[in-house]
Amino acid sequence: MINSPFVRKAASVQQVMLQVLLALVPGIAAYVWFFGAGILVQIALASAAAVAGEAAMLAVRGKPKALFLSDLSAIVTAWLIALTFPPIVPWWLTVTATLLAIVVVKQLYGGLGQNPFNPAMAAFCLMIVAYPALMSQWPAAGQLDFSSQLQLIFGGARQVDAISGATPLDALRTALRAAANPDSQLHGLRAAQLMDGPAYGMLGGKGGEWVALGFLLGGLWLLQRRIITWHIPGAFCLALAASAGLLWAVRPEGFASPVFHLASGGAMLGAFFILTDPVSGATTPRGKLLFAAGAGVLTFVIRAFGAYPDGVAFATLLMNLCVPLIDMNTQAPVFGHKKD
Amino acid sequence: MLRKLFKFHGGVKPQTHKTQSTTQPIARVPLPERLVIPLHQAVGGHPRPLVAPGDKVFKGQRIGGADGSLSSAVHASTSGIVRDVAPALMPHTSGLTTLSVVIEPDGEDRWGELDKVNYRTAPPDELRDFLRDAGVVGLGGAVFPSYAKLKPGKEGRLKTLVINGAECEPFITCDDLLMRERAADMLKGIVAMRHMLQAEEVLIGIEDNKPEAVAAVQAAIAASGQSGIQAVAIPTRYPAGGAKQLIRVLTGIEVPHGRRSTDFGVQCFNVGTAYSIFEALEFGRPLISRVVTVAGNVDQPRNYEVLIGTPMDHVVRQSGARPDTDRYIMGGPMMGVRLPAFDVPVVKATNCILVGSPALFPPPPPEMPCIRCGECAKACPADLAPFEMYWFSRSKNFGKAQEYHLFDCIECGCCSFVCPSHIPLVDYFRFSKSEIWARERDKSSADAARDRFEFKNFRQEREKQEKAEKLAAKAAATREKVAADSQAGTASPATEAPDTAKPAAPSAEDTKRALIAAAMEKARQQKAQIAPKNTEQLSAETQADIDAIEARRAATATPPTPDA
Ligand code: SF4
Ligand code: SF4
Repeated sequence: MINSPFVRKAASVQQVMLQVLLALVPGIAAYVWFFGAGILVQIALASAAAVAGEAAMLAVRGKPKALFLSDLSAIVTAWLIALTFPPIVPWWLTVTATLLAIVVVKQLYGGLGQNPFNPAMAAFCLMIVAYPALMSQWPAAGQLDFSSQLQLIFGGARQVDAISGATPLDALRTALRAAANPDSQLHGLRAAQLMDGPAYGMLGGKGGEWVALGFLLGGLWLLQRRIITWHIPGAFCLALAASAGLLWAVRPEGFASPVFHLASGGAMLGAFFILTDPVSGATTPRGKLLFAAGAGVLTFVIRAFGAYPDGVAFATLLMNLCVPLIDMNTQAPVFGHKKD
Repeated sequence: MLRKLFKFHGGVKPQTHKTQSTTQPIARVPLPERLVIPLHQAVGGHPRPLVAPGDKVFKGQRIGGADGSLSSAVHASTSGIVRDVAPALMPHTSGLTTLSVVIEPDGEDRWGELDKVNYRTAPPDELRDFLRDAGVVGLGGAVFPSYAKLKPGKEGRLKTLVINGAECEPFITCDDLLMRERAADMLKGIVAMRHMLQAEEVLIGIEDNKPEAVAAVQAAIAASGQSGIQAVAIPTRYPAGGAKQLIRVLTGIEVPHGRRSTDFGVQCFNVGTAYSIFEALEFGRPLISRVVTVAGNVDQPRNYEVLIGTPMDHVVRQSGARPDTDRYIMGGPMMGVRLPAFDVPVVKATNCILVGSPALFPPPPPEMPCIRCGECAKACPADLAPFEMYWFSRSKNFGKAQEYHLFDCIECGCCSFVCPSHIPLVDYFRFSKSEIWARERDKSSADAARDRFEFKNFRQEREKQEKAEKLAAKAAATREKVAADSQAGTASPATEAPDTAKPAAPSAEDTKRALIAAAMEKARQQKAQIAPKNTEQLSAETQADIDAIEARRAATATPPTPDA
């Protein structure tokens, strides 16, 4: 028997996920423009793997396949994996990572809504630990045409060093470390001077900054659609910029500027699309602020002092761990119990 | 004048569907063939029947007397003959029956002798009794006896009397039409209430999608020359018509769950209630009819003045139910209850008969898992975290659900309304609440049983103790007797020095033997008593032990036991 309410808003998980996918489009367009269409191949690969993995697991778990496949949540995970991984990783790596994310991190934890960790980020972390070299090859903007990208994705032999470099984030950190070394020829140069090379654009990495801008646009649209609230992107960007800005202000020769941090790597994707994953994130308004601020600081710390090219993935997982604690301790006072 | 209004958290904006039923004035409904008037229509005690089958009743005659400290009378809605006093289906989803008076109208619709009261001079207590016997209850849907709410708080006066004309539920327009058509009389009722409550100001809150009602009430206020009464247009947002939400919007005060609003200097009544109070006080007419909206799957949605007890299908017929009608809902689509049959009677709580069809209210899409998106929390006017309560309700962890303030939930349905996973959240909360109540009931009956059991134990323990004391006394007597016997032959054993004990040994042995026999007897009796004892009754048991030991000591301490 159906009880009240007898009317409902026309909202569904599918619609939410569809809008998230749409919001990713501007960033993907910029990606294709600057770095070539290889990313589309990766997106297709990841999507196919996600659907296959999800369908298999739903079958095993005896859940309605059509219902859960059409919620599009697996596709969102797939796209995030493709967008956070280097665009020229071999096909099997993308597929393995996606299957891991869907089968282990999502479905084995209970499926939609149950996973404590962000599946895409968990897959990223697993892969960067398992294949650090492959996960660190980032072509510069315009460096590779589509056919050589295809060759790298599907071909066997890889001339790793010849075709790839580190991310601008990684490169700048290495350069800054070198600059701190009196024996280096870069010694004494500041971040702004180090960024004078062809790999850099106005704010961050060349091309990369435009992709980030695309994600920012899409994210703002999600905000406007009320799919997400301002708390997570706001607190994340602020915390990242503040912690980067603090050290940059103290020692500009040793650290990149806050703007560079915001415009580089997975910052925008993380702020609007990854940390905002409701399932693995904090839910209360205050909790969201804490959760995202923590992720912002951790991202900076890992970027500046860690050994990995970017910190968003590890920061996300670490904060995912804290979610139950954060949620429990940030419940807002209920009606009639507020202190005005 | 513009008032500062306050906001409540959350809320939703469902389609209002209100315009269709407001195009025509309130209509009368022809007398039905029979009226079924449930005796229990309001919060509180069950009124007792005052009529029997075969009795002739007049319109307005009391047929159910208020019973107990919180109860409200019930009246015949028309003149006729009582055909039955028996359980009949109530307008409630449960499909349960309730004791009802069945009246066959005689068609004359003749009023009987009505009690009157001079409400301008009568003391408030008398007015309250009068309203209780006139069966006036809250017509907003809560059907709380109005007389019980017409008491100012401890201070004897009130800051604000809030009159609820918000009517935030979609489809329902009975209050709207009542305000449009009867604002002046309603206002007289409000003035009387204000007097009883000694309220400083009166705020009539009306959602701003009812400009005609706002204008009508404002005109009535102006015409009456009353000061300190204001009709306030408030933003249209469900559930602005919830008493707590309306009080919040108009005064900024949040009345917490479980507290009386009068403690905060506020009291809230529905506009329909105000009108019934006017009818009762002015003409002595008890509450025998109310305005009911018929809307939804009908050809002509409209408001009707309906006699209490009229079968709903009789009312709906006036509006023409469409053929695909599959259900009636009492109330609106957000909080209304689906009815078990079409011919259940209109009661005092019936503000709307919402006629449903599968096309109008399609079943929700399949339920998906919660994705913790927090939409429900954003929409909750009670500032709760519905998805957390859902989680704990689902796992039947009711304690945890209560920690997340389950009982602050007003069951407004906003959370279910917005949930993208189509989870019937309110259903879970209703379920949890009823489970908790059921357990409380079980617990209190278990408590009563335990109390009985404990009393029985206590009695047994007391008897045992008395027995033990008697035994101790007896043992002491035995000892004295034995001692006296032995004393006859030897020196007093009590004064004997240890080293001189030898000569007295035989008699001491006798004493000892007698004492042992007495102690053994006592122990045997004690054992027999201890056997059925509940081991949980520790204090009583310990007490008995102490008594026994004491008795033993009393029996053994004084006699000399040189050899022992
Ligand atoms: S709205 Fe539904 S899916 Fe979203 S958090 Fe609430 S219960 Fe979960
Ligand atoms: S039904 Fe209860 S939990 Fe849901 S929105 Fe209303 S008050 Fe909040």
